[in-house]
Amino acid sequence: MSAGRAVAIVPAYNEAERIGAVLSALKAVEEVAEVVVVDDGSTDATAEAAASHGVRVLRLPVNMGYGVALQTGFKYALRAGFDHAVQIDADGQHEAACIAELLAPVRAGETDLAVGSRFLNGGPPYPIGALRLGAIRFFAALTAAFIGQAVTDPTSGFQAMNRRVLTLYASEGYPCDFPDADVLMTAHYAGLRIVEVPVVMYASRKKTTMHSGLRMGYYLFKLLLSIMLARLSRGRIEREYRDACAAEGLRRPR
Amino acid sequence: MLAQQKVFAVLASAAVAVLIVELVRRRRLLPEFSWLWLLTAGLMLALGLWYDLLLFLTDLIGAVLPTSALFTFAFLFLILLAVHYSVRMTGLTHQVRALSQELALLRAEMEADRERAGAGDGK
Repeated sequence: MSAGRAVAIVPAYNEAERIGAVLSALKAVEEVAEVVVVDDGSTDATAEAAASHGVRVLRLPVNMGYGVALQTGFKYALRAGFDHAVQIDADGQHEAACIAELLAPVRAGETDLAVGSRFLNGGPPYPIGALRLGAIRFFAALTAAFIGQAVTDPTSGFQAMNRRVLTLYASEGYPCDFPDADVLMTAHYAGLRIVEVPVVMYASRKKTTMHSGLRMGYYLFKLLLSIMLARLSRGRIEREYRDACAAEGLRRPR
Repeated sequence: MLAQQKVFAVLASAAVAVLIVELVRRRRLLPEFSWLWLLTAGLMLALGLWYDLLLFLTDLIGAVLPTSALFTFAFLFLILLAVHYSVRMTGLTHQVRALSQELALLRAEMEADRERAGAGDGK
């Protein structure tokens, strides 16, 4: 029985070399009852590496992208009856030891969604390129303006959530194509409470990330479009979330 | 309109219609998509045989030459067709996403059941 305990969702694509360390770190986290790795159609031995750590592995038949892999984990968490979930990257960028602090406000019922911020404790211990930092600050300001609360790290993929958020994230309304600041807006428009919690993040050890190279341009364009669409779709987000909550037998927060 | 042009229009539209019917017959094209192409062939035939309709359309959009009107409509049609296929592709992408996720979840469920059954047999 998983009541009151959390599942850690780890989306992974070609992370065979790095995922072992992340899974070992997650095993040491008391709050995590189960770890589920979503192998996003990796061409290396990511699934085997994860399975060798005794965790559950969900294998997508083809590479569908980070957002789809994450959503698969959310659907699993919802079906398996978990009350809380933590999403954490497989490349070792997120410090697993911070999960306890990230989960605390969610478990206490103070918030629905806790977003790990690398900037609340004076910034990450690694340099961020000027372009990337500028983009993060721009989207932070934009998101803050729309949701009416301060946001420092809108691109953070280190989050803890309750079942209400899982219900939203598992629904059609979840922006699977580069989920970022638009996810926070979607959660806000669905009536969910969001807080930021200081966490430790490290530089990604991957040579290419989804924010690197030419993809950065597409990422910025898509994110801007998604933010605008989320703003324009407020009514639809509320309506769809209400239906999703009814299907799950959940009460909406407000 | 010259008789030569009429013959060409009739032959071209007949060729398109035959090609579409044959593709549907060989199951290389879904009947769902065929109506659009058969409609195209029908319009080509109508404009080829009924020159006054082309002149009316030219006048309607303020074009100087009937050929300009013809190309304008062809261009608009191709744009709408591209949008139509983008919408279809979006729908298919959503379906592929849902199916892939379901497959991953069911496979994990099946493996868990198998493990449980194996553990039960071992007792």
